[in-house]
Amino acid sequence: MAKVKGAVTVNIARCKGCNLCVVACPTDTLALQPHEVNDRGYHFAYMKQPDNCTGCTSCAWVCPDACIEVFRVKVDE
Amino acid sequence: MEIKEIIREENKVYSSPVLLDETDMHYCPGCSHGVVHKLVAEVIHEMGLTETTVGVSPVGCAVFAYNYIDVDWVEAAHGRAPAVATGIKRLWPDNTVFTYQGDGDMAAIGTAESIHAANRGENIVMIFINNAIYGMTGGQMAPTTLLGQKTSTTPYGRRVDLNGHPLEITELMKLLDGTCYVTRQAVHTPAAVRKAKAALKKAFQNSLDKKGTSVVEIVSTCNSGWKMTPEQANNWMVDNMFPKYPLGDLKNE
Repeated sequence: MAKVKGAVTVNIARCKGCNLCVVACPTDTLALQPHEVNDRGYHFAYMKQPDNCTGCTSCAWVCPDACIEVFRVKVDE
Repeated sequence: MEIKEIIREENKVYSSPVLLDETDMHYCPGCSHGVVHKLVAEVIHEMGLTETTVGVSPVGCAVFAYNYIDVDWVEAAHGRAPAVATGIKRLWPDNTVFTYQGDGDMAAIGTAESIHAANRGENIVMIFINNAIYGMTGGQMAPTTLLGQKTSTTPYGRRVDLNGHPLEITELMKLLDGTCYVTRQAVHTPAAVRKAKAALKKAFQNSLDKKGTSVVEIVSTCNSGWKMTPEQANNWMVDNMFPKYPLGDLKNE
């Protein structure tokens, strides 16, 4: 069966660490950086468990600052 | 498979809207305005209206909307966006004109302009962001503030005997013969965001079809004004705002 694998990129400079993408993510892929901050002092979002991502785009839809881009491929097993 | 192999241009399924400028938005983290801006930018681009759209920005948090969406804009005096939009639409009938207003702008100081523009059935789109508070000036009570809701000017909660009832301006708009499409949406979940985008698209299409005024209310959060985290604000909105402002189409002709 073909499996779907996804990945997201976060525009770190633009991210305000509002956590809405983390809440919206159904596969527990995203998290906020626990220590690192961007230039404006926000804990930006990143892929904590990249293997979980299915590229469902939920995070990108709810992101208020349009800093998430989503990529998706089908993998044949 | 390596992440680098997935992150390629040909695999992209969601990119940030073309019309959204690089300028960082001044909104607080988690503000619903950002999502709505994104949707407006996407809808205008997808419908091919980039060169013919004129937006009218309000006074309120969204006053700088002209810095973020790359279409033509006019900044109106507080509450007068529908009046300015009427003028633009009458002079340039082939252009698509929309107003972007908050609850202070549309439901308080601009009530007369909004209701009369809708009553005249001007072919404009009114986007109404209802977050039940004056966000920009520090969280004062707005006409749409819920009963019992604490704001900086109602520190013990809004009272009927002192402050009156919350104003449901979208319900008022529904009663007017000039409006063709009146809907209430939210942007708190991915599914809700998709529905809101479809509603905005329909509203812009109505304007192209010259059917009358379309009003799209977005029930929004103001996490700074409500003194909550963005996540708590979304939950508070679901629990408290939605019973008073239920989502769905109020009028669709």
